[in-house]
Amino acid sequence: MIEIIDLHKSFGKNHVLQGVNLKVDRGESMVVMGGSGSGKTILIKHIIRLLRPDSGKVIVDGRDMAELNEKELYKMRKRFGMLFQSAALFDSLSVWENVGFALLRERQMKESDVKKIAIEELKVVGLTGVEDLMPSELSGGMKKRVGLARAIIHNPEILLYDEPTTGLDPILANTIGDLILELKKRLSVTSVTITHDIQAAYKIADRIAMLFKGRIIETGRPDEIKNTTNPVVRQFISGGLAASGEDLEEVV
Amino acid sequence: MRSIESLGRYIIRFLEEFGRIASLLYSTIKQIFTHPFDIKGILKQMVEVGINSLPVVLITAAFTGMALALQTYTGFARFGAEAMVGFVVAISMTRELGPVLTAIMIAGRVGAAMAAELSTMRVTEQIDALESLATNPVKYLVVPRFLASLIMVPALTVIAAIVGILGGYFIVVVVFGVSPAVYWHWTWVYTEWKDIYFGLIKAFFFGGCVSLLSCYKGFYSAGGAEGVGKATTSAVVFSIIAILISNYFLSALMFA
Repeated sequence: MIEIIDLHKSFGKNHVLQGVNLKVDRGESMVVMGGSGSGKTILIKHIIRLLRPDSGKVIVDGRDMAELNEKELYKMRKRFGMLFQSAALFDSLSVWENVGFALLRERQMKESDVKKIAIEELKVVGLTGVEDLMPSELSGGMKKRVGLARAIIHNPEILLYDEPTTGLDPILANTIGDLILELKKRLSVTSVTITHDIQAAYKIADRIAMLFKGRIIETGRPDEIKNTTNPVVRQFISGGLAASGEDLEEVV
Repeated sequence: MRSIESLGRYIIRFLEEFGRIASLLYSTIKQIFTHPFDIKGILKQMVEVGINSLPVVLITAAFTGMALALQTYTGFARFGAEAMVGFVVAISMTRELGPVLTAIMIAGRVGAAMAAELSTMRVTEQIDALESLATNPVKYLVVPRFLASLIMVPALTVIAAIVGILGGYFIVVVVFGVSPAVYWHWTWVYTEWKDIYFGLIKAFFFGGCVSLLSCYKGFYSAGGAEGVGKATTSAVVFSIIAILISNYFLSALMFA
């Protein structure tokens, strides 16, 4: 479904991605782990072509994302849903307008119908009575859940989660993990999640990939990752959430 | 050698920036004619650019017209040409001060807001979110602001010119006691239609310039809260410089 081949990306002199190779099968939940600043967000943004690679390819369903024209790209993006690290809700729109944004832009439904669907999606992510609030009136956890509702309202085939549990307390992080699992069952989506939350990764992943120094250094099922002999991955797992790129450098 | 290098770098940066502005203009014009037409978004921006800017434009125009009449009257009285003050105020307000002052006010009030809003959306990933929801951000964010400015800056300019002329009238007729008939007579005799519509062409151009540059600065900003601040400041500075420079060339071109 998604294939990343020898992906390179630099910003100035900073060579962030140095030949990433990754394959995600249809219906699979892939979690990419890595320390802060390892380029996880850069990687996920390439999948939906929010960034273009310097070299290498991102193939989605047999199509090279870099070769799509504007019309094809927007058509392809309708197959995606993305939850951003900061939720990235539109400040000027109410909660329900945020959730129903994709449907409102298509203009094939009445606003009142879109609102009803948005309210239903909000219920799916465990929120009621917030539809008329503005994003500034929501807590961090509520924003993430609204972002999640917005990402799934158009029944996407591929879901991209950028740090879905970061900044949340452990209970809420667990709830978001449950939600992701539930969505996986309900929508049978292919998903790519990037996180440095080990517990969340074990919970939602079919397979886990470890991104280090701009490359994927290990891929495996959660139990394989738990028992890996790779020193970098072991350090990352034992260091837990606090493990940063610099900490890991010492291991290598 | 080093100074030549830095000059070269500066020129390359300038050309790069110019190219990106031209590219944004091209995308904006292309998106204007792409379905769907966001009339709701355009009306919202027209209120923001036009209606909400009215008080500041009215105050600026009224006091500029009054100051202009005061100064001109004082000078013209020295050679007995007080009757001509109305005409001088009218031609200044329609050709120069109306469009330029309105555009500068819009740059300070609306251009800054456009740059701040778009750059905040950039740094909080809202523009990425638009892309991920298969929405062209130029169409959703830039087109309504651009079209609203193209329509509302000329509209505000007309109002500014009228209010400026009325300000002049107040000084010349009410304060200095010149006959109203004399004030209007010479204003009508010498003011030509081309003064008005050339002024409106300028306003139209300035409206496009301010919105495009402000959106550009916001759209391509980076670097968190500091980036938002920089984008806002440079949007206002660039817009005002662009207004003043292009005003000279437009004047030379149209009134020569």
